[in-house]
Amino acid sequence: MTAVADFLFGPFAEFAFMRRALVACCALALGSAPIGVVLMLRRMSLFGEAMSHAILPGAAVGFLIAGFSLPAISIGGVIAGLVVALLAGAATRATDQREDASFAAFYLIALALGVTLISTRGSAVDVMQILFGSVLAVDDPALLLLGAVASLTLLIFAIIYRPLLADGFDPEFLRSVQRGGGTLYHFIFLGLVVVNLVAAFQALGSLMAVGLMMLPALAARYWCRSLVSGMLVAVLIAMLSAYCGLLLSYHADLPSGPSVVLLGGAAYVLSLVFGRHGLVLLWHRGRHLEA
Amino acid sequence: MTRVAAVAGEIALRDVTVAYDRHPAVHHVSGRFAPGSLTAILGPNGAGKSTLLKAIVGQLPVSAGSIERGPLRQRDIAFLPQQSSLDRSFPISVLELVLLGHWQRAGAFGRIGKQGVEAARAALSAVGLEGFEQRPLGTLSIGQAQRALFARVLVQDARVILLDEPFNALDARTIADLLALLRRWHAEKRTVIAVLHDFEMVRQHFPDAVYLARRLIAWGKIDDVLTPENQLAARQMAESWDEDAALCLPHEHPSSDHGHHHHGHDHDHTHAA
Repeated sequence: MTAVADFLFGPFAEFAFMRRALVACCALALGSAPIGVVLMLRRMSLFGEAMSHAILPGAAVGFLIAGFSLPAISIGGVIAGLVVALLAGAATRATDQREDASFAAFYLIALALGVTLISTRGSAVDVMQILFGSVLAVDDPALLLLGAVASLTLLIFAIIYRPLLADGFDPEFLRSVQRGGGTLYHFIFLGLVVVNLVAAFQALGSLMAVGLMMLPALAARYWCRSLVSGMLVAVLIAMLSAYCGLLLSYHADLPSGPSVVLLGGAAYVLSLVFGRHGLVLLWHRGRHLEA
Repeated sequence: MTRVAAVAGEIALRDVTVAYDRHPAVHHVSGRFAPGSLTAILGPNGAGKSTLLKAIVGQLPVSAGSIERGPLRQRDIAFLPQQSSLDRSFPISVLELVLLGHWQRAGAFGRIGKQGVEAARAALSAVGLEGFEQRPLGTLSIGQAQRALFARVLVQDARVILLDEPFNALDARTIADLLALLRRWHAEKRTVIAVLHDFEMVRQHFPDAVYLARRLIAWGKIDDVLTPENQLAARQMAESWDEDAALCLPHEHPSSDHGHHHHGHDHDHTHAA
């Protein structure tokens, strides 16, 4: 019995960096997972992916100026993400193009710019750290940042909850009852996405930053009908993936960021197959009801 | 028609043109919707009916002329667009959908309260959807979804109600029930304007009509509007989009709605009685 307990809790009891990593991931889960649910509902599941690349040039500039410093990289990343979101949004509205098209163009430009900037100065180690993150090297300031981002996200989210969802559900109705419709809330939401991605960027790296945002949200969709339960389940799945992922990375000596996201992926595949609206029940639904 | 200030509650169109990319979808239309009137907007596809409704709500800017709403504010106007604009797979219950009708009073942050919920329940039973409160919207049929949207309009409790093709793809029973609601609104002295295609239904239930074919063909009592000549005129509307269309110059149609070569009709019936 102690062997099992040792396997499950030992790493966290023994090593402070494991505890920090777990707390960091749980904070990320609290903020990111509900955002992922809303992204999915607004048919913007790939938007997070695009934005996680868009923050790269800003992070790179921060890195070039201040080395591997958390505030510099974070501020740079937030600025770059917001600039790309605003430019793409403006291009969409000014020229009557589809939003995904504008975002594709601007994030690709940003990505190329970011990689170019890093490669002019950084070493291979720096590039690896930016691409894959360093959840095991999370220090006190980083933890504080993650906690602050999660709190701020939940607070703002609670405030704009009604108009944000009304805009996603029936934008034309919202425009008919409120001047300007949901545009303001849409942009506040995009800002939240950027801030959360920058926070995740630290822990999971730019390639994995969206992992904890989207995978739990997509998995939760297979279990829940209502929105609130969907968000709660998404947060739970994200936290569980973080815990199991860290265990996996410790025992199997794998990189931690990808392990966490892989476990999120496992949760998604399990939900896809066994979920309430998943494949197994789809194939073995039982005889139909009378009415 | 002389320029008179809009009577309280009326909506007056003065030589309204609404254009997409400078090509007019509604061209020099004038007339007034009297307070409490029940008006059908008729016309072929591409005649500018939906465009006109959106301009009245204020969602589309007018390129020329003006729409005078008098003291009517945005909250006094309820607009039900065509079915396509709403995401039916969204995880929202029927009751929540209907509660959105309180937006003009509760707004993005205000409380709705017990009375508000009661009003929504009452609206649901008025459209024949008692017991559907907690059902997810995605499980409703097209007809039931349209009933729920009518319940939302009921909750909006607006003085002016604009409906864009509200009876598309509905069966006879649903249409009959929803038409009864329209008559109830008319009896309550609300202004109701609906874009419709079924001439027989319009003849039976709508006192007034507007016949559009990008320009105004006729506006007035239904029997004066739905004449064979007007229908012929509407059919001759070119649905073409001439890339090289000439400029429509202001001197061709002075600010009164007389004199434009498109307006070959008697403008006495631009006044809804």
